[in-house]
Amino acid sequence: MALYSEKVMDHFRNPRNVGVIEDADGIGEVGNAKCGDIMKMYLKIRDGIIEDVKFETFGCASAVASSSMATELIKGQPVSEAMKLTNKAVAEALDGLPDYKMHCSVLAEEAIRNALNDYYSKQGTDHCTDHCTVTAEGSSAACCAAAAEPEA
Amino acid sequence: MIDHQTGYQIDHMIYADNAATTQMSEKAKKVMIDLMDQTWGNPSSLYSTGQKAKEVLEEARSRVAQVIGATPREIVFTSGGSEADNQALLTAAELGKKSGKKHIVSTAFEHHAILNTVKKLERDGFEVTLLDVHEDGIVRPEEVVAALRGDTCLVTVMYANNEIGTIQPIREIGRICRERKVLFHTDAVQAVGHIPVDVSADNVDMLSASAHKFHGPKGVGFLYVKQGVRPASLIEGGAQERGRRAGTENVAGIAAMATALEEAVANMADNAARMTKLRDRIIDGLSKIPHSALNGAAEHRLPGNVNFCFEGIEGESLLLLLDDKGIEASSGSACTSGSLDPSHVLLAIGRVHDVAHGSLRLSIGETITEEEADYIVRAVKDVVAQLRSFSPVWRDLTEGKRPFIL
Repeated sequence: MALYSEKVMDHFRNPRNVGVIEDADGIGEVGNAKCGDIMKMYLKIRDGIIEDVKFETFGCASAVASSSMATELIKGQPVSEAMKLTNKAVAEALDGLPDYKMHCSVLAEEAIRNALNDYYSKQGTDHCTDHCTVTAEGSSAACCAAAAEPEA
Repeated sequence: MIDHQTGYQIDHMIYADNAATTQMSEKAKKVMIDLMDQTWGNPSSLYSTGQKAKEVLEEARSRVAQVIGATPREIVFTSGGSEADNQALLTAAELGKKSGKKHIVSTAFEHHAILNTVKKLERDGFEVTLLDVHEDGIVRPEEVVAALRGDTCLVTVMYANNEIGTIQPIREIGRICRERKVLFHTDAVQAVGHIPVDVSADNVDMLSASAHKFHGPKGVGFLYVKQGVRPASLIEGGAQERGRRAGTENVAGIAAMATALEEAVANMADNAARMTKLRDRIIDGLSKIPHSALNGAAEHRLPGNVNFCFEGIEGESLLLLLDDKGIEASSGSACTSGSLDPSHVLLAIGRVHDVAHGSLRLSIGETITEEEADYIVRAVKDVVAQLRSFSPVWRDLTEGKRPFIL
């Protein structure tokens, strides 16, 4: 069996919604270069609907595909729905990810949540409560721990 | 493979991962198949079918020994390089224990067959000094001298590095060890069949090699152990390999290894000259990519090895897009290593995590053409540009929000 599903490869080779939104209403960035994964999400929101979303990703194929799929899943959705996006939904929409790549879908979920929280805080409402907790498996937590280490 | 965006094309796959494994040579394949057909006896059996196999086995031993400047009795056939490395280290450790010497000198960028074995020996009370390999990926002989202690039982330094291809001053390190009467082992898995290796001239006491790195079969290798050193046995059982490695011998594989080795050595000078030229052509081409760097010294480098870091991108993505363009290569990124950390080799030469993730190893084969070399350069340039076009790291670098490292 191939490393990745056809869908992952499709989203990796032809990522959807790549780019930057200059006047974004919310921006979220997660990961760090030391760990080899960074995702940045840009949201354009009007009347509570995600009108446009763009992303930039530094990372492996599953990171690129997870970002791409996550943007597809939330585009046109109400903010309240986007807030409910889970890493599991991203991975399922990609017809699955290898176990050790699940953290890529977690990063996508976190990046979108961070962008939404950025939007909320710009609006003056704070939505970042229990949603921010990272719950999924994978190496994201370990990666964050590594990132917390002081640079030599 | 046609690249529709740029119009350049190549009509076949380019295998550029020969440091991982090589395709078997036609000659070696034929030897192996013929032996499996006709000489399938057990070399330990006394009847003619067995004795014929025994003859083939011993003839292969002589041929392997001859190529590396050893005598047949000094060759132990193994299942490959990892087993040979394990056996060499265990041999030295057992001898060391007997004489109360429990210090081992090695390097920070050895293959894991060495690093994980010395770690195991550390748990068994051995002390290990890992030498710095410097930015150029080359061990300094004077630092070997400085690391030696009265209780050093082994120095083990790889002949050439598997990732960055740097060739170590083995002869000089061997001379140092011989003068001080310390056992010297070299993991020559990447060197044998590619660059001249002679155990006698190189002052080596033990040497590991693996057949599938020089167009022989997988699952076969050998350990050279200098006469006078009694190899420890990893696998107990029958008296095969004079009691130093039990298990019925892989006669067909061993004979195919001997054939592949002779073939590789016979063509070595010509191949190395051609490959070095094309290797340097690729290195020159890739050096033109902004914010990239060659890993390891340009000199003292295996003829087939190219290893680069490209800032702002990640290696696994690079490999998969290159595969789409018909190029098969490898990377030292964390994603390809299956761990969180990028290659220990790249970290050992001082590459920080951020750039080590964006590494590419191309290990070209003997049949590479100029057209293929040029295609590789163009394809890598395109893929790096493509990945940088949507990399937030690259954006930050180009917008001055974070400093370039390369």
